[in-house]
Amino acid sequence: MLSVRNLSKIYGSGCGLCLELTGPGVGSNICPKCHSIVACARIDLDVYPGEIVGIVGESGSGKSTLIKLLHFDQEPTSGYAYVQGFEDGQVDMFAVSNQKKRWLRNHQLGIVYQNPNAGLNMEFSCGGNIADKLIAADWYNYTRIRSRATELMQKTELPVQRMDEPPKRFSGGMQQRVQIAKALANNPPLLLLDEVTTGLDVSVQAQVLRLIRQIQSTLQIAMVVVSHDFAVIRMLTERTLVMRNGRVVESGLTDQVMEDPHHPYTQLLINSML
Amino acid sequence: MTSYSYNYGFLDEQTKKEIRRKLLQAVAIPGYQVPYGSREMPIARGWGTGGLQITLSIIGKQDTLKVIDQGCDFSVNACNLRNFIAATTGNTVTTDTAEASIVQTRHRIPEEAMREDQILVFQVPYPEILRWVEPSERETRRMHAERDYGKLWVFLYEDIVRWGEITLSYRYPVLVNQRYAMDPSPIPRHDVPKLHQAETLFLFGAGREKRLYAVPPYTEVVPLQFEDYHFTIENFGGQPCRSCGSTSSYLNEVYDGETGERYFSCSDTSHCAKNSRGAIRHE
Repeated sequence: MLSVRNLSKIYGSGCGLCLELTGPGVGSNICPKCHSIVACARIDLDVYPGEIVGIVGESGSGKSTLIKLLHFDQEPTSGYAYVQGFEDGQVDMFAVSNQKKRWLRNHQLGIVYQNPNAGLNMEFSCGGNIADKLIAADWYNYTRIRSRATELMQKTELPVQRMDEPPKRFSGGMQQRVQIAKALANNPPLLLLDEVTTGLDVSVQAQVLRLIRQIQSTLQIAMVVVSHDFAVIRMLTERTLVMRNGRVVESGLTDQVMEDPHHPYTQLLINSML
Repeated sequence: MTSYSYNYGFLDEQTKKEIRRKLLQAVAIPGYQVPYGSREMPIARGWGTGGLQITLSIIGKQDTLKVIDQGCDFSVNACNLRNFIAATTGNTVTTDTAEASIVQTRHRIPEEAMREDQILVFQVPYPEILRWVEPSERETRRMHAERDYGKLWVFLYEDIVRWGEITLSYRYPVLVNQRYAMDPSPIPRHDVPKLHQAETLFLFGAGREKRLYAVPPYTEVVPLQFEDYHFTIENFGGQPCRSCGSTSSYLNEVYDGETGERYFSCSDTSHCAKNSRGAIRHE
């Protein structure tokens, strides 16, 4: 469905030795020679249809950068990625024109950011935000856009009568659900979730997680879930990657990683769970 | 003795050459905004300097000029621009659309159908149609480059949500040649369909914003509209113009403060006068 190979992102000038001089072995992702920051280094990732993959790690481990690269919010320094729905998975999605990237983003991907301000236009109405995604995928019929937005709001348990209000008047949990509704609007085969429950109170967290599981079981959408919270990862995902200093230090079935962590850093992470 | 006369058409030849070259680029890419070095003119920016510079750059000795402001030949702005161009070129001026070879206009397209041998020059205050939705110039340029007009559509969507119809009464967004979203300048919706597959060359100049753009003859110009919410032109409730009786032209609503009477009259004054004389043939 999605396969990522050798993906790297370096902030700064880069010196050619950055990848060798940083990493979990050194305990840093700042290159001592040129002071560039290695956010992601040689990441390999495979996502199969309908599967949820978790990415876990501490702040600054590069997990959000990885999601941003996959959503074209930032450009990678090097690496390749192939999506099944784009040119039959034969063409590197980072190598194509901006116009094609936009097509990919609008037709194949959905994203939910940690901060609703990043994913929503707070001046537009809730329905307008959903319409934004639909129009991007070539929907030009007002009535159909309205009925699709209604359907999505029902699915994400939002009050339909508040469709024409701007999301800035909504609570944090509702804003997050508007983001999910928007991300689902054009039935993307792949959904990217970046710390979706961080900053929500526990009962609302539970609602949002339940919603995500429901979506996965009914719509069979593949997802990449980024979180620093092992509880979220355990609840949602089948496979997990553990990241540190821009590297994947361990990967495997979620249960396996949690019950029998091999890498000392993973052990530390699991031991520090409350 | 030194002579203090101006060059023909006020602008120096180098400037005219630059503007003509930029116009060629604009015609080659319909709807694309070409940046140009807008010159200081003896009128303030925002008062028609963009249109004025285009007119002065393309005008030749044989041209006959007409200048209108909201359809009127005799407003202060139209008179001053016409007098200025006449004074610096010595060209013939007219108020008759059919006689003119160049018509410079502010916010209207003449009612009389224009021909292939005529050019219509628009004065444009805001050339960027995406400014309705996006304040950043860098961002709007990216949006044009990638033909990313989603925000503009959402803007129209929101308008329908709020009012049950698209309420934009002027600067209605159009898509030119299936590629560029374009600001047709603040012409009323009544005039927007006249841009589509027209016989005439349309040139647009924004002096303050330093942009030129063009719609060549026989180009597709389509207003943005939803499949189920169509673009419509203004509706005057079937009221005719009080002077000439026309029901097909764009009308101004006039309120008489003394009698309290409301009535409509043509915005295009020369067309109205011609129509009153019976000089317009109705098919």
